[in-house]
Amino acid sequence: MSILVIAEHDNDSIKSSTLNTVTAALAIADDVTVLVAGSNCQGAAQSAAKISGVSTVLVADNPAYANQLAENMRALIVELAEGKSHLLAPATTSGKNIMPGVAALLDVGQISEIIKVESADVFERPVYAGNAVAKVQSLDAIKVITVRTTAFEEAGDTGSASIEEVTAICDAGKSTFIGEEVVVSERPELTAAKIVISGGRGMGNGENFGLLEAVADKLGAAVGASRAAVDAGFVSNDMQVGQTGKIVAPDLYIAVGISGAIQHLAGMKDSKVIVAINKDEEAPIFSIADYGLVADLFEAVPELESSL
Amino acid sequence: MKVIVTVKRVIDYNVKVRVKADGSDVDLNNVKMAMNPFCEIAVEEAIRLKESGVATEVIAVSVGPKACQEQLRTALALGADRAIQVESDEQLESLNVAKLLAKVIEQEQPGVVILGKQAIDTDNNQTGQMLSALTGMAQGTFASKIDIQGDKALVTREVDGGLQTIELAMPIIATTDLRLNEPRYASLPNIMKAKRKPLEVKTAEELGVSIKAHTKLLSVGAPAERKAGIKVADVAELVDKLKNEAKVI
Repeated sequence: MSILVIAEHDNDSIKSSTLNTVTAALAIADDVTVLVAGSNCQGAAQSAAKISGVSTVLVADNPAYANQLAENMRALIVELAEGKSHLLAPATTSGKNIMPGVAALLDVGQISEIIKVESADVFERPVYAGNAVAKVQSLDAIKVITVRTTAFEEAGDTGSASIEEVTAICDAGKSTFIGEEVVVSERPELTAAKIVISGGRGMGNGENFGLLEAVADKLGAAVGASRAAVDAGFVSNDMQVGQTGKIVAPDLYIAVGISGAIQHLAGMKDSKVIVAINKDEEAPIFSIADYGLVADLFEAVPELESSL
Repeated sequence: MKVIVTVKRVIDYNVKVRVKADGSDVDLNNVKMAMNPFCEIAVEEAIRLKESGVATEVIAVSVGPKACQEQLRTALALGADRAIQVESDEQLESLNVAKLLAKVIEQEQPGVVILGKQAIDTDNNQTGQMLSALTGMAQGTFASKIDIQGDKALVTREVDGGLQTIELAMPIIATTDLRLNEPRYASLPNIMKAKRKPLEVKTAEELGVSIKAHTKLLSVGAPAERKAGIKVADVAELVDKLKNEAKVI
């Protein structure tokens, strides 16, 4: 068995989601190759070579892969799939964008967001917003899989893989990258943070998220939001935690003014410790919180900040 | 220009599912079913394309059992012109659905195909991307804005870091994210009118697609239950518990 992991990176370095995905790959088999496809991405290739357990890094360095456009990436991955038993990518917006097309071109199914490797062809994955866990067996010769990163530890950095250049240039000419609005923050990334503090509709407006940011800065935490807060326009979409937003599993998750809709719980209920602050003592969030505080958030959150 | 919009019949998003006692699947008996929320957004976007004069006809397509005609009628009540049901008694995997949809696209030649980014039952997030690969049409997933400009389209996508805008050569396949639009409700007169709109039923054989199993569902279990913890009296107690009991700060 031979596994190809599609790296997520910013051309200079590897994103942590790649490390979780390599751990999932190593739970399947020992022979793990990582593909770094990008433009001027030698830095990312170097850091991929240091991931523990990786034997080979393939580098496809070409402007066609600069923004990992789906049409180009899937054509490249299909070219590299020969002889591979498994193709794995993190279940991030990038992996989700690319991998189903790879599966379709190979005429195989995709198993999305695995949370456990049972054997080389049996995997567990959440369905129905995490209210059930399905155990599925792949019947295909090549298994195309996306990995829920919070379910696997990050691989170490003691590796010394060989680096090989890939010369294939796949440019479908169907799509062009125009631009992006990336939210720049000094705080840790939501999906990688050890502590996350999130606000919901109860925050009232976007300015009030400043209260959460003050706590976050004291704790070194990331700031998240419920879908209700994003839909209401309080904060941007990249902060959404939930079934269709980001899945997080930090050591500590503090939910402020969040009632606890099923789709929100799906994105955070694997956190180690959950704190809920809400003035409604009937809020469903309390049924899964380790520590619940029934209080007005506009009093409790500043008090929390000053006592840290 | 024709627009195809796909709809899936799924469990209503407000219903909490239960796993069957024998662990074979979730229990969908007597459970309220509805149109997948992301498909509602897709239907709304298709109708807006018609209202703005970009589209001339909106065709709603669903793959599923006869019951999914209910969701197709909803799409017709919302403003779709006609509907196609591809009959299938079993829950088909994404690739099979994508192959059936690819055949419908071949017959109808739409300029835009809009799908929900994922269905809230299987949470797969696959069909739109597979359809793009099978048809060779350009792909704009997780769209929060779709702007058709003649022979190209600008699609703004919700990605992990924020928003990304790409330009696609027409025809395109787009999948919807939550902020693309706010779906309307169907009015009673439109619900009545929808009953008379054409709804065609096709089968996989007619479309020349052979259905193939790619996975086998071995079992379905309940996730590890999280128990409710304790209520703390005030912030001071909360901080004390986090420091000395949970040891997370």
